[in-house]
Amino acid sequence: MAVTVLIPTPLRPFTDGRARVQLEAATVGQLLERLAAEHTALRGHLFAADGRLRSFVNVYVNDRDIRTLGREETPVGPEDTVSIVPSIAGGRGSTIVAEQLPELSHEEILRYSRHLILPDVGVEGQRKLKAARVLLVGAGGLGSPAALYLAAAGVGTLGIVDFDVVDRTNLQRQVLHGTSQLGRPKLESARERLHDINPHVRVETFETRLTSEHALEILREFDVVADGTDNFPTRYLVNDACVLLGKPNVYGSIFRFEGQASVFDAKRGPCYRCLYPEPPPPGLVPSCAEGGVLGVLPGIIGSIQALETIKLILGTGDTLIGRLLLFDALQLRFRELRLEKDPACPVCGAHPTVTSLIDYEAFCGIGAEPTYDGAEITARDLREEWVRNPELVVLDVREPHEAEIARIAGTRLMPLSELPQRLHELDGHAELVTHCHHGLRSLKALEILKAAGFPKVRSLKGGIDAWSVAVDPGVARY
Amino acid sequence: MTLALDARQLAAIRRHGEADYPHEACGLIGGHAGEDRKIAVQLVPLSNARLDSRRNRYLIAPEAFRRAEALLARDDLEVLGVYHSHPDHPAVPSVFDREHAWPWLSYVIVGVARGQAQDARSWTLADDRGAFNEEALIIEDRKVVWQSQS
Repeated sequence: MAVTVLIPTPLRPFTDGRARVQLEAATVGQLLERLAAEHTALRGHLFAADGRLRSFVNVYVNDRDIRTLGREETPVGPEDTVSIVPSIAGGRGSTIVAEQLPELSHEEILRYSRHLILPDVGVEGQRKLKAARVLLVGAGGLGSPAALYLAAAGVGTLGIVDFDVVDRTNLQRQVLHGTSQLGRPKLESARERLHDINPHVRVETFETRLTSEHALEILREFDVVADGTDNFPTRYLVNDACVLLGKPNVYGSIFRFEGQASVFDAKRGPCYRCLYPEPPPPGLVPSCAEGGVLGVLPGIIGSIQALETIKLILGTGDTLIGRLLLFDALQLRFRELRLEKDPACPVCGAHPTVTSLIDYEAFCGIGAEPTYDGAEITARDLREEWVRNPELVVLDVREPHEAEIARIAGTRLMPLSELPQRLHELDGHAELVTHCHHGLRSLKALEILKAAGFPKVRSLKGGIDAWSVAVDPGVARY
Repeated sequence: MTLALDARQLAAIRRHGEADYPHEACGLIGGHAGEDRKIAVQLVPLSNARLDSRRNRYLIAPEAFRRAEALLARDDLEVLGVYHSHPDHPAVPSVFDREHAWPWLSYVIVGVARGQAQDARSWTLADDRGAFNEEALIIEDRKVVWQSQS
């Protein structure tokens, strides 16, 4: 039984003027192949040299784009009508036209000579890099190696979004910044370091937290976005803005000894929301400040982000589009997961429900956490009370290896992970104060204790860090 | 092939290019195609579907193309071609235009220099996709007889 194909006007000269053609086929792929076999002059207009459908050739089965069905594998039957629908694109010359790419000076030719002799880069590739505009969201652990390598590689314009200052705890991994830069804005430190590496790079800085109000405006001016954020609201914001603008988003994330990387380009593959439709509940996934991170790890993942960015600009190699790379530093193992585009994705799916930027803090449940009014005690108040009431039990819910770094004298160690099994060790009438590093885990411990029926529990606000600042500088900060 | 536009259609294309400057404007041209001549009857101005790079890129999405095609079909018209503007750039197709072009369609380009529409020229893709060839663009002053409906 034959399937009907509707031919658009521009292709009718190749089908003897016919608007409908009947062909035998079981799938869309077979159908197009037979069509091109019967009308040979059509082939070059439908398929690119690599045999794939040209990007501006859209195929619908009845009323649905095959990209939302099974692409070329979509089955077709005699009752189906297959339409070839043009999308029409064009525009005046752009960076891909070789004559318009910026020239390289003699100094640049020497500087990039190891690139220029690579057949996949060459002079044209290097000029593409010079013409490219890359935005780094975050100049921290991931942004540091990415910025260093992209600047060294000769990317013409690097935009950086960050609003932080260089802190001593950053230096273990954020290799863009040095000890001499402590206390200075990361953007200033980054600009100086990048100009020292490569004075040809134009550094554009955005000293702000990326928000829904201006994200589209900032991202619009760049070709590729590298996401080095450390929080979920910004990660979803970057993803959605990239999908809406049609920009590739080079993603990386790290935790303790493990990292992930991918390239989300909704025009060619899945987006971050296809992988993670919903953020985890707030507080479930600890940040690097809470959970720790091996300093070399962002060096590896951030370098992969730089690599993928360069490949996207050059248009060479196989990028991580449609693949999630998982790295385990302790096992030293790379694994790879195939990612599929989700046809029901709220941003990049067939019928998107998110068509403009939303409130990402609310989306990630931030601001909706329970309040702990009255359940927290400041470091100063704790010291005063403790002096008055030595019976007070101060429970350190950190892990033993943290207690080795620094301790508050007189506290009792009971890690959060063991707490539910060790409740019987505690006196039910005692007045308890929980503490951790920064005051988050101690609130979880407080909830466990309250639920178990302990009547008088409070949590040290700001944790041992606040104690060190406000009460006892003899306790080391970490 | 020759493309015949009414003078008012050309004026509308130029105005669209000026109105959307510095972004690229685009639309479809509907009409009747004969053996060696296409006669434009109706323009379908469209919004540029690109959210980025609108200064040097335009896109007519397949859904918009289908809707315009259906609209024209009601009057027995077919899609003859596409018009778009080149802000601060001559009315000559770029490599990008050629790489994304459909055969047979007329590509009318109007240059818009600093907000002022310049010449319009029409181009068609060679069958081997290797080049864009300029085609004759005829501007006609068509007489319209207004009839009152009684």
